[in-house]
Amino acid sequence: MSESTMKEFKVSAIENGTVIDHIPAKSVFQVIKMLNLENFNDQVLFGTNLESKKYGTKGIIKVSNKFFKSDEVNKIALVAPSATLIEIRNFAVASKTVVQVPNEIVSIVKCFNPNCITNHENIVTQFNVISKDELKLQCLYCEKITDKKTMVIK
Amino acid sequence: MKKRSLVSINDFTKEEQLSILELAESFEKNPTRKILENHVVATLFFEPSTRTRLSFESAVSRLGGKVIGFTDASSSSVSKGESLRDTIKTVCSYSDLIVMRHPREGSARFASEVSSVPIINAGDGANQHPTQTLLDLYTIKQTQGKLDNLHIAFVGDLKYGRTVHSLVMALCNFNCTFHLVSPLELKLPSSVKIHIKEKNLVYHQYTSIEEIIGSVDILYMTRIQKERFSDPMEYEKIKNAYILRNAMLENTKENLKILHPLPRVNEINEDVDDNHKAYYFEQALNGVYVRQALLARILGVV
Repeated sequence: MSESTMKEFKVSAIENGTVIDHIPAKSVFQVIKMLNLENFNDQVLFGTNLESKKYGTKGIIKVSNKFFKSDEVNKIALVAPSATLIEIRNFAVASKTVVQVPNEIVSIVKCFNPNCITNHENIVTQFNVISKDELKLQCLYCEKITDKKTMVIK
Repeated sequence: MKKRSLVSINDFTKEEQLSILELAESFEKNPTRKILENHVVATLFFEPSTRTRLSFESAVSRLGGKVIGFTDASSSSVSKGESLRDTIKTVCSYSDLIVMRHPREGSARFASEVSSVPIINAGDGANQHPTQTLLDLYTIKQTQGKLDNLHIAFVGDLKYGRTVHSLVMALCNFNCTFHLVSPLELKLPSSVKIHIKEKNLVYHQYTSIEEIIGSVDILYMTRIQKERFSDPMEYEKIKNAYILRNAMLENTKENLKILHPLPRVNEINEDVDDNHKAYYFEQALNGVYVRQALLARILGVV
């Protein structure tokens, strides 16, 4: 077995489903939570602090028999902007895409402004993404900008 | 504009803002008209206010409408723990329009989502106060005959002052040059400066009024609050640098007018009040005409 195959199998292969690769090691558990995999009924395999040539360390999640819609998964770009989404069918790679920060973020991010009405009433948060590179989110309500440093995922 | 809420100054286009100012001129000439006779306007002030609330209520009364509402949260069900959502859902069934001031940022946008009648934001925390912006624009136009190509100085707390942020954004539509006078700790935030840069306009920053007072058309004063300073010593050092005195107006432009959203504390010395360049009380009066125009447009009676 070649070295690269060895690495791939540090987390067992799946027959059908989705592999989310190149997740920053520290964000693996957050991604699991964001995708609500805690309540998923089929196999979920994951590894973290794995070696990565590109990033030093990385995390990987493999979800059996689940194919994500893009808006369902793009939200993870907030914590894992380099994540790759690989669809596996019959043990083979069917498609590969890199996640993209969506134009709007609904519900998953908390507004950083303690005086924002969304932190005091039962309101679904909404943000317009004004910069995808620097990750700047403008709250639809208080109009303040939540950024990478101040972002808290609900 | 009929049936639309006004939460943020940018909810109305430049043309819509100008049409409100134009209509306000007609109310200045003839303020008493019974065009809101069958209308009820609710004024919900979760936070105290003198000018804004009274000028709204005066505007409604002069147009023949009825006002219901409360003047501070302690006299409403909020004190029993009622949510803003429930308060708005109830009040919108009693009225044709809601004017609201609330201490939390974003409360007005939220109210406009749950309400079946239009909301006019009369201040949501440190965020927006669009009717103040409209009356500021009206006053600038009234005193200068135009809004374009003016040199406008903003003085004081440019970091937290919501009236400054909204007015700067609105004036970006009119090719103005901005002169920003503030202590280093209270400079205009970059989120507002972005709007100036986007329109390819120019701003200059200063730390004392004297540097610029001789060459501007409008001097917009604001209050510096002691609690904004992390170091109280710093406040003591700079506080007198931002007080306007009559003697400072000697070599200023003939068309200069001094504006202030009020209330003032000591940042404009009372000896300025008698100078013909002082215009802040007239500015406050304009609030009635501008709010009459806004109410009439949103309720669709003109």
